[in-house]
Amino acid sequence: MGNKDWTRKDLLGLEELSEEEILTVLDTAESFKEVSTRSIKKVPALRGKVVVTMFIEPSTRTRTSFSLAAQRLSADVVDFSAATSSLSKGESLKDTALNIEAMGVDIVIIRHTAPGAPHLLAKVLKASVINAGDGPHEHPTQGLLDIFTMREKFGRIKGLKVAVLGDINHSRVARSNIWGLKKLGAEVIACGPSTLIPSTIEKLGVKVSYNIDEILPEVDVINILRIQLERQQSGLFPSIREYTRLFGINSERLSRAKKDVLVMHPGPVNRGIEITPEVADGKNSVILSQVSNGLAVRMAVLYLVSGVTRSSE
Amino acid sequence: MMKIRKKLVNEDEMAVLVDSISKKILEANPDKKKLAIVGIHTRGAVLAKRIMNSLQKISGMKNIPYGELDITLYRDDLSSSGHKPVIKGTKIDFDLNGKTVILIDDVLYTGRTIRAALDELVDFGRPASIQLAVLIDRGHREFPIRADYAGKTIATEKNDMVRVRLKEIDQIEDVVMI
Repeated sequence: MGNKDWTRKDLLGLEELSEEEILTVLDTAESFKEVSTRSIKKVPALRGKVVVTMFIEPSTRTRTSFSLAAQRLSADVVDFSAATSSLSKGESLKDTALNIEAMGVDIVIIRHTAPGAPHLLAKVLKASVINAGDGPHEHPTQGLLDIFTMREKFGRIKGLKVAVLGDINHSRVARSNIWGLKKLGAEVIACGPSTLIPSTIEKLGVKVSYNIDEILPEVDVINILRIQLERQQSGLFPSIREYTRLFGINSERLSRAKKDVLVMHPGPVNRGIEITPEVADGKNSVILSQVSNGLAVRMAVLYLVSGVTRSSE
Repeated sequence: MMKIRKKLVNEDEMAVLVDSISKKILEANPDKKKLAIVGIHTRGAVLAKRIMNSLQKISGMKNIPYGELDITLYRDDLSSSGHKPVIKGTKIDFDLNGKTVILIDDVLYTGRTIRAALDELVDFGRPASIQLAVLIDRGHREFPIRADYAGKTIATEKNDMVRVRLKEIDQIEDVVMI
């Protein structure tokens, strides 16, 4: 069990977390799941704290999930929108963040297109910084909620065989999954077209496969990544239709997988492209559990980082 | 290793105290059907289970609703306490509305834990009443809170430390002053 004291001011990625720290988040999230079942779905743990969500890249699910998580902990939440802010007037990210902090913010949740942007803020701010996705680098709370969902269904992570399927190249979800799962002793297989899998990925200790049908029968989990249509203009695969034919998860493919295989997807789902509607809504799918678990995981992260300031770190 | 200055309760007395609390609860609550037991983590929850068993044995009742509270998220020193304590989880699986809730903890001291527990309980519903049972009342209240049932009341100095040790957790069974 992870019950080590949490000593990090920020949550920037799973790469730097130890196995024990990951377990601490998962176990804490377990307790927070219960809060969402109460008639009053709110606890006073973060009363008087101010949380700001700074999303420089669009998002609905993650931002809503973080806002709701902060509200369930009784924090005050301010949404900072890039389009209507002074960032569009040319102010630097650092200056914007320092100005927000000067208003007495305790936790900054940031999504940014540039890898490392949250790390920069973490260095200059006294407030806690939570990375809600930095370009293709990391999306730690997504990784944690995926791992939480797998542990919930299988009771363990050690020894699980997890396929991460799709555009590994552009995927922060894939990276956070790989780092977290490897630390907890799972076997990870990165699968997709060769043009979408970085050649150095094996250094992270994962296996690589270019053929989903070959690995499907042996895996316990398929974590299907979204084909990021907005990033596919550069012709990394011939056509969406070909991708769907070779890698799309449909009922026929799924019938050759283990009976209790877990079908996961971080959303938003491109129905009919990387996954068919029957599979997305089918009995193996835990896509909606991922969403509700995400709330508990984010409550846990907010709770844990809120106890650590720069001086106590 | 902690130094024990005084033994306040031994193993045999412990069982007697649990039974005497249970008897007092039954005497004060003729409408037994409304009773529910809620223990405060960690040792309050262990005692609550024992009191529940004792109540069932004495009264012949079965299946008294039982729940556990982890009051961590309701503590009044949470924002100033630095590293966050591990949460053990609250579990109230029954409908609290209209119940006579017997809230149970091991030691009653400042009353702050009970304040937090009351706040958490009412977030689950509206009990008909809440009564407080503790194994040891050691005085020095900082809030206007009192126990309805106390196994034993002892005089202490403010900086004394009273520890209830239970087999299930501590492999030993007693109450000591350290």
